[in-house]
Amino acid sequence: MSEDPRPPHHSQARGGPLHGGLDGFELAGQTFESRLVLGTGGITSMDTLERTVRASGTQLVTVALRRVEASAEAAMMQVLDRCGVRLLPNTAGCRTAREAVLTARLGREAFGTDWVKLEVIGDEHTLLPDAVELLDAAEQLVDDGFRVFAYTTDDPVLGRRLADAGCAAVMPLGSPIGSGLGIRNPHAIALLREAVPVPVVLDAGIGTASDAALAMELGCDAVLLASAVTRARDPERMARAMRHAVEAGRLARSAGRIPRRWHAEASTQFEGLPEL
Amino acid sequence: MQVTVNGAGTDVPDDATVSGLVDRLVAAHRSGHGRVAVARNGDVVPRSAWETTRLSAGDVLEVLAPTAGG
Repeated sequence: MSEDPRPPHHSQARGGPLHGGLDGFELAGQTFESRLVLGTGGITSMDTLERTVRASGTQLVTVALRRVEASAEAAMMQVLDRCGVRLLPNTAGCRTAREAVLTARLGREAFGTDWVKLEVIGDEHTLLPDAVELLDAAEQLVDDGFRVFAYTTDDPVLGRRLADAGCAAVMPLGSPIGSGLGIRNPHAIALLREAVPVPVVLDAGIGTASDAALAMELGCDAVLLASAVTRARDPERMARAMRHAVEAGRLARSAGRIPRRWHAEASTQFEGLPEL
Repeated sequence: MQVTVNGAGTDVPDDATVSGLVDRLVAAHRSGHGRVAVARNGDVVPRSAWETTRLSAGDVLEVLAPTAGG
């Protein structure tokens, strides 16, 4: 069992100890027990946020910066501080490397962390990443001492370029942000996992628990999701479902699944079968 | 003098500082100081420089605070 970076009171919120066989993992030099990263976007109330964070068991939560008049600073930060989670500021809404680098620096100033979820969007309808601006921003931020968590497409070549640039994690989308379409190209995610020597976090497109489990079965180190939980009819319940799905997917991945076969293979032996 | 704060034209005293501006905005929106960040003309103004950074006419400022995000 890995070291638990959270304050002691938080472990009670997890609903008991982890089942055997679950392993921790490292992101940017810090060990995490939970492989679920929770985005707060779309949350409807601070009470829901707190119940959702606790039910998910997450230890890492994304946050954003907006103009003071549109922010929810005091209440939200109180909840997240109380939950004892680490913060991962994002650069949501940025369209160029320049905007993203400045937003990352503002996030470092506001939240006192050099961790950043780097998001550079190239299209307003699909919110797909702009690969050229993304790589440029990643290189600048790594040079500036940031630990960059790069939200990217499921392209294994771009993933490798981001890892080569020094990103702390590569975070491919399963499908467009908020679409709930799940993982449209599992093969690409598996290839990216093979191609990238840093942690891979499936980010965006998760709709329900089976999507999160699939991400883990494909070899992802963690899953980042927001809308699937915050916009579910019962966010707290869905957070619990996602926690179990991520754990189940991780266990299944490490257990080694059986090969797919074209025809059946009997599970009950034929030897000793009576002639009736 | 006139500066732009969070996209809106704003009159501020000639000796206005970033610190004074943040105080006014935070009070108006009942936010906390704790995690506010300020950009002036495209560069971060570190918290340690808020008191000593005088505004100039035509400055473009963004005063930001935490919110939920995915």
